[in-house]
Amino acid sequence: MLLSAAVAIAERRSGKPGDHYYAGRSRAVVERSYIAFKSSTWFVILSGFVEPVLYLLSFGYGVGQFIGNIDSGTGKMVSYAAFIAPGLLATSAMNGAIYDSTWNVFFKMHESRLYHGMLATSLGPLDVALGEMAWALLRGLVYAMGFMIVVAPLGLIPSWWGILAIPAAVLIAFGFAAFGMAVTSYFTTFQQMGLINIALLPIFLFSGAFYPLTVFPGWTQALIKALPLWHAIELIRGLTLGAIDMRLFGHVLYFLVMIAGGLFFTTRRLNALFMR
Amino acid sequence: MSENLIEVRGLTKKYGDFLAVDGIDFIVQKSESFGLLGPNGAGKSTTMRIIAATSQRTSGEVSVLGKDPEIQGPQIRAHLGVVPQQDNLDTQLTVTENLYIYGRYFGLSKKFINSKISDLLEFAQLEEKRDTKVEALSGGMKRRLTIARSLVSEPDILILDEPTTGLDPQARHILWDRLFRLKEDGITLLLTTHYMDEAEQLCDRLIVMDKGRIMAEGNPAALIKKYSTKEVLEVRFGSNRNAVMAPAMRELCERIEVLPDRILLYTENAETVLENIVAAGHHPNTSLVRRTSLEDVFLRLTGRSLIE
Repeated sequence: MLLSAAVAIAERRSGKPGDHYYAGRSRAVVERSYIAFKSSTWFVILSGFVEPVLYLLSFGYGVGQFIGNIDSGTGKMVSYAAFIAPGLLATSAMNGAIYDSTWNVFFKMHESRLYHGMLATSLGPLDVALGEMAWALLRGLVYAMGFMIVVAPLGLIPSWWGILAIPAAVLIAFGFAAFGMAVTSYFTTFQQMGLINIALLPIFLFSGAFYPLTVFPGWTQALIKALPLWHAIELIRGLTLGAIDMRLFGHVLYFLVMIAGGLFFTTRRLNALFMR
Repeated sequence: MSENLIEVRGLTKKYGDFLAVDGIDFIVQKSESFGLLGPNGAGKSTTMRIIAATSQRTSGEVSVLGKDPEIQGPQIRAHLGVVPQQDNLDTQLTVTENLYIYGRYFGLSKKFINSKISDLLEFAQLEEKRDTKVEALSGGMKRRLTIARSLVSEPDILILDEPTTGLDPQARHILWDRLFRLKEDGITLLLTTHYMDEAEQLCDRLIVMDKGRIMAEGNPAALIKKYSTKEVLEVRFGSNRNAVMAPAMRELCERIEVLPDRILLYTENAETVLENIVAAGHHPNTSLVRRTSLEDVFLRLTGRSLIE
């Protein structure tokens, strides 16, 4: 039989490890998001960018006037705005990633049956998971870069290490996207999805974006240190303020584990939902 | 020489304790149009999903183009065009974008897909809707687009699950015409349906399924010949009198089926039977002489009608 182009392409990965789950084509899933995005409303995207800037203006410059300089945690004194800017950067990376990987994924999974369609083609569940996460992290990256463009000229990124905050934001967004999509894939009702929003606000407020964790009693500190946003904020703050030490690797590792776990559970769940 | 594209042997599928498919065997040959006919819950869609490598079997053997769908899912799906029972078009995209991105899922190049789009739009009779968002299409248009979309990868086998369910008669006829063209082009069709007329129109060969089992297999005409008479006379005496009249009808015809709303009399010559009924002094409210169809085959095999 004469092989069609589609078959020839699928056969290229045949026999490689994981070929039942992964066709090496998550790019097509990203491309789909891009096409859909082109015709979507821009101000939704914009709002995610504006939010941290508003926080920075209100707290960094408003509240900051009453606070003056603050110990960055390394003994160096920095302005309050420079202290919270990395926290807001990490938060915007999180928000961008979470937005696409939770509610949007939920809609595609249960309402538009988009993944049913994708998985009827020669794509595998890992292609879908990776592609969707990649799109979500791109959004996180765009928010982070936009925020950097605003805060760097204001002198809020005192260290040149701060450039690395951009790839760090990608890592953080990937971690949250992987985690968000994994959690969403197990949720089946709107009420469950509402939990995500309920959980995000306290995580944002108490993860050390606005003040050091030392204000809390020991057990609260331990709890917050288990949460991903604290690691994200510490990682980015370490870079923007130039406080480089081995602890940063620990934060990176935390996100690598989060990404691996998110990919594993999402792929497994997509397989269970659509391939059983 | 004929070539077996799909081979299914002893296939079973359990969902918990529920046995959806209960040990079925069949073979689909190249360029054949093969149907799975049966009521809802007969196990047709489950069987299709297993063949399409989007569901895992419990036991048995399945080979699609010589490959096992359990092991080589993406490689098998590259050969298939799938039209699901429930539309899953990308509602956020336009008609053209839907065709384009579906081709991209298969890894096809932009150039390749773009060279096919106008033919596919023509096939789906959607040229004027090319830049319309999918949400705005009618049910029949969505179905045609779904079929066109499944063709973008030039599949060897087209799998259609209840292709015309929910469409109005006119839309169904347009769709049948489209599918007939594909059949003429030599594409292998595998379809499920619970519509007899659809199966008779489109299938070279079919299996009749009920409760996860195969009740009969053959081409539509042969099945009708084997399991039914040439003609059937339908008489109605009014809903509460059909059962009362049944013994009298049984005397006039060798095989009858009593349904809630009518009595079916299976015979080689329905006109004669009708004359005999009237001659015996019975006066049905209405009577209808027709050729037997697969509906009658199903009734004979299962004692139930297809659409309940």
